[in-house]
Amino acid sequence: MTAPLQPQPPKSIPESAPEVPEIPESVPEPEAAVRCRGLRYAFGTVTAVDGLDLSVAPGEVFGLLGPNGAGKTTTMRTITTLLPVPPGVIEVFGHDAARQRMAVRRLLGYVPQQLSADGGLTGRENVALFARVFDSPRRERADRVAQALEAVGLADVADRLVSTYSGGMVRRLELAQALVSAPRLMILDEPTVGLDPIARDSVWERINRIRAGTGMTVLVTTHSMEEADRRCDRVALMHRGRIRALGTPDELKGALVAHRREADGESAETAPPTLEDVFRHVAGSGLNGPGADEERGEFRDVRRTRSTASRVG
Amino acid sequence: MSAVPAAPRPASADVASAHAAPAETAFPLLLTPPRPRGGWRVIPARTWAMCAVELQKLRHDRTELYTRAVQPALWLLIFGETFTRIHAIPTDVPYLDYLAPGIIAQSAMFIAIFYGIMIIWERDSGVLTKLLVTPTPRTALVTGKAFAAGVKAVIQAVVVVALAAVLGVALTWNPLKLLGVVAAVLLGSAFFSCLSMSIAGIVLTRDRLMGIGQAITMPLFFGSNALYPVSVMPGWLKAVSAVNPLSYEVDALRGLLISTPAHLVTDFAVLTGAAALGVAAAASLLGRLAR
Repeated sequence: MTAPLQPQPPKSIPESAPEVPEIPESVPEPEAAVRCRGLRYAFGTVTAVDGLDLSVAPGEVFGLLGPNGAGKTTTMRTITTLLPVPPGVIEVFGHDAARQRMAVRRLLGYVPQQLSADGGLTGRENVALFARVFDSPRRERADRVAQALEAVGLADVADRLVSTYSGGMVRRLELAQALVSAPRLMILDEPTVGLDPIARDSVWERINRIRAGTGMTVLVTTHSMEEADRRCDRVALMHRGRIRALGTPDELKGALVAHRREADGESAETAPPTLEDVFRHVAGSGLNGPGADEERGEFRDVRRTRSTASRVG
Repeated sequence: MSAVPAAPRPASADVASAHAAPAETAFPLLLTPPRPRGGWRVIPARTWAMCAVELQKLRHDRTELYTRAVQPALWLLIFGETFTRIHAIPTDVPYLDYLAPGIIAQSAMFIAIFYGIMIIWERDSGVLTKLLVTPTPRTALVTGKAFAAGVKAVIQAVVVVALAAVLGVALTWNPLKLLGVVAAVLLGSAFFSCLSMSIAGIVLTRDRLMGIGQAITMPLFFGSNALYPVSVMPGWLKAVSAVNPLSYEVDALRGLLISTPAHLVTDFAVLTGAAALGVAAAASLLGRLAR
């Protein structure tokens, strides 16, 4: 990747000193849905997450945004207790992810990046398994499973084998699997990767309707800036294992507009910036352009994304 | 709390519907998490959940049961009939009778030894990852998977027993002894599937596990008393057989099914110990698959 076009050096507006990322200091609730303090995770010599501070408020849709290899998935996997972290680093609704793993898992619904429903079972059986492993007693299990399937609009096809489902339907089934335990925090890792726009909207429509009913918190990763802009209350832009900017999409774009005015002398009235522009500004490079994190995404991640895409497609 | 309003659904489930029922009232159970089960009941409950899934899958697709029945059938029909005729192996009972329990144990082991491949497949597909994020201790997950492998093996054993009966082997029909057979097959499969899952946790890829599985099944099989009595083995093979759980499984099955002299207490003690050890090893290595 020899790049004649040098990425612009990172300038400084929301660009913060590495130690002090922009966490809103005045979160009113004492108990955040998720709180990370100085989260660090390395695979061997490769540091995937490098000192991340984060606070997700209950009830919001929080987006973790960045290119492949930015550390989003690793962050998610530490919050879900899949990757071990030291005590005191991550709390989910006040429960320490290292010391109270079972308590944390009880609060979580998790949809991984891969299409993870079992094709050899029916939709209903897939959801029932998760009702079982969350100790749903038999007398209410069938109702609980039926309600989860109803909530994602799969009641009609619940008794078909999942191998006959479309990609969008599998994603919604996975939502049902995660919902059946009435989680307070829903963790979605690239929920719409590989889906067509209609299926994408359908997935988000379900998420939002369920959220309206249950008030659950949603933590979502995506590399689609457009999706984050439309769907998230707040976003954190991640780059090379760190948060480079954090705020509502409007705040971030507004800050960039203000900065441009300052820099260029307000005459330069260009098109209103997108989150992608904000990202390019704070990271010093675009998502796909030279200098992007192409060399960082793990091979396995790429393979995973591709196989997801091909199973969906 | 049970009535789900049967709202009319749009014809195509993939279309984002404009169905506007108030979400709050439609899904009351999705607002209240189930109460956690306490203490000792977690492992049996999770084990049953895993077995239930395995049975459901088998109900939807029985192909595996049929294809898996071919190999033990060939062992009994060809190897068994031939060696019965040539009297090459000195046994107290007809050779086919002697062989049948060995083939049950062998076919159960063959199923279990490749179970780790399924675990790796489940890891790659995200099924395992999701289960690891549920309130399921690793031990419970591994135990569940181990007994799910056992369920398949028991069904396999039923096929072999039926086939052996057709071939004229004088098997017991004592229900208590048959229950013992089920227990021995479950424990043996639990051990070998845990062995396989432990190796999966170490090698992490399907290809490597496939190679190792191929490399160890035959030594385990021939290094046991499945085909011939320990008394005809050379000394070094006797030593192998003495530490091979498959031998204890075969000994128990023979004692129960065709009433040869067996050491049932030792057999079940060894099988239980081996299964427990296997669960512990696989549970501690399972986390590696999550990374």
